[in-house]
Amino acid sequence: MKALVWHGKEDIRCDTVTDPEIQDPRDAIIKVTSCAICGSDLHLFHNFIPGMLPGDIMGHETMGEVVEVGSGVDGKLRKGDRIVVPFTIICGECEQCKRGNYSVCETTNRKRHLADKVFGHTTAGLFGYTHLTGGYPGGQAEYLRVPFADATHIKVPPGIPDEQLLFLSDIFPTGWQAAVQCDIEPTDTVAIWGCGPVGQMAIRSAILLGANQVIAIDCLPERLSMAEAGGATTINFETESVVERLNELTDGKGPEKCIDCAGMEAHVMPSRPDTVLDRAKQMVMLESDRPHVLREMIYVCRPGGIISVAGVYSGLSDNMPMGAFMNKGLTMRTGQTHVNRWTDDLLRRIEEGEIDPSFVITHTVPLAQGPEMYQVFRDKRDSCVKVVLKP
Amino acid sequence: MFHFSNIVRTKGDPKIVEGGPSLKQPADQLARALGWFSIGLGVVELFAPRRVTETLGMEGRETMVRAFGVREILAGIMSLSIDKNAGLWARFGGDGLDAAALLSGLTSNNPKKGNIALALLMVGGIAMLDYRAAQDTKPRRPPRNARRKLYPNRSGFPKGIESVRTAARQITSHAGHNEVMQGDERRVP
Repeated sequence: MKALVWHGKEDIRCDTVTDPEIQDPRDAIIKVTSCAICGSDLHLFHNFIPGMLPGDIMGHETMGEVVEVGSGVDGKLRKGDRIVVPFTIICGECEQCKRGNYSVCETTNRKRHLADKVFGHTTAGLFGYTHLTGGYPGGQAEYLRVPFADATHIKVPPGIPDEQLLFLSDIFPTGWQAAVQCDIEPTDTVAIWGCGPVGQMAIRSAILLGANQVIAIDCLPERLSMAEAGGATTINFETESVVERLNELTDGKGPEKCIDCAGMEAHVMPSRPDTVLDRAKQMVMLESDRPHVLREMIYVCRPGGIISVAGVYSGLSDNMPMGAFMNKGLTMRTGQTHVNRWTDDLLRRIEEGEIDPSFVITHTVPLAQGPEMYQVFRDKRDSCVKVVLKP
Repeated sequence: MFHFSNIVRTKGDPKIVEGGPSLKQPADQLARALGWFSIGLGVVELFAPRRVTETLGMEGRETMVRAFGVREILAGIMSLSIDKNAGLWARFGGDGLDAAALLSGLTSNNPKKGNIALALLMVGGIAMLDYRAAQDTKPRRPPRNARRKLYPNRSGFPKGIESVRTAARQITSHAGHNEVMQGDERRVP
């Protein structure tokens, strides 16, 4: 089969690889009908997250049709079923899964000794996302083996196009959880840093959850226009001071809720010297993340407010203003998304026409063009916001 | 075909049968080579500056050579990073500094001036490679003033934003009402 394979920094190729096989009775194999490139795939493209090996298949936003089922799937999936594959592999049986904390499933990371050492405790296995999270082959391919398939799936009905359902795999629940974690109240202002695909979903989620005002921060006109279309007031950080504008829009008090959808690769600008220093330190491996957004959120968030982190961080962040964080009594909530905790509700909202997540797609191309699209997406060429690949 | 990466694959996981084309350009390979060369030269300059000054007949300038070594290492690291273009331009600028320093030692009473001339020739050649690689690895981001597509009609709400806001307000006020009711009940002795 064809698959997008990581060969090194900025080197992804469309290779011919052997087809996946059932390895465990709880496995299933799907024929991929749609998959997407995620913003966090770019961290792997840039080799900023440790644990990638040449030959790893990329991709964790995937859906398709079940073509083979292991004997232990126990009737929960059948050949021909149409499923979206959550990016977190879950067993459904461990203590964390039973609590709904699916992204920290204790069972599915098959290289848990690595995660135990790096993170202190293992997290769930993830598709196509480094050997720290199991080294599972990803879904930017023609076929995908789904481990623990009896639990790791979202069954979706026929009649709704892939484009509306695909993002249940990651970015829609990620944006949703980022907003839910804020405990949004009807009087709240929610500020969202980063208007990439997750940021766009977080904006819509905050609106659906009844925020009084949503403010979106980015520098790309196409993303800001999409944010505005979704109901946000926008701030272009290249032409305006984020802190001044946020204070202006909140009577000087700052937003009650702040969401980070930018993560470890914050935009580097000479006018923001901390970003330049972070980049320099990142280059010589003295720091793994560029946490400018976290610093700015802590500074501008209203005392007693909540900071929700959906953007990916990989390791160590320097110069965090812990004094402001502590004295302002802020709460920070983070985490990879517990996809299956939210998908029943989100699928219902899609079915009822409350939201159509396909609005974010700007490019749909064959799988073979994937390597080129990684560059287009990274460079923000052709006003690219979200790429869907068709195997 | 044998692929080294297949050795580390977990049994049963897909293995590479035939590699696809790489999008890496020759300029990327050149940038990589120059990056490693820069680090190698920088290490020599940083840790063996006297050997360098003796070879060039420029004794007494060890501190400057050490400083140049640090500069070479930093430029090399940058050339190997995703910001390779900035690293290559830093190297090109450094070539100018190297040439100026060498020219200052090209005096008639320097018995090693032949070595300096050779070094100048090498710096010139490397500078050409640096310039070429920097030109060929220019970032392909669209310029700030480029015309961009905008998406003002992509709300994602098929029924319109106002309908969503109204529904959200109704749900939250209903929830608030329930909370008050429960609160009232709790106050009953």
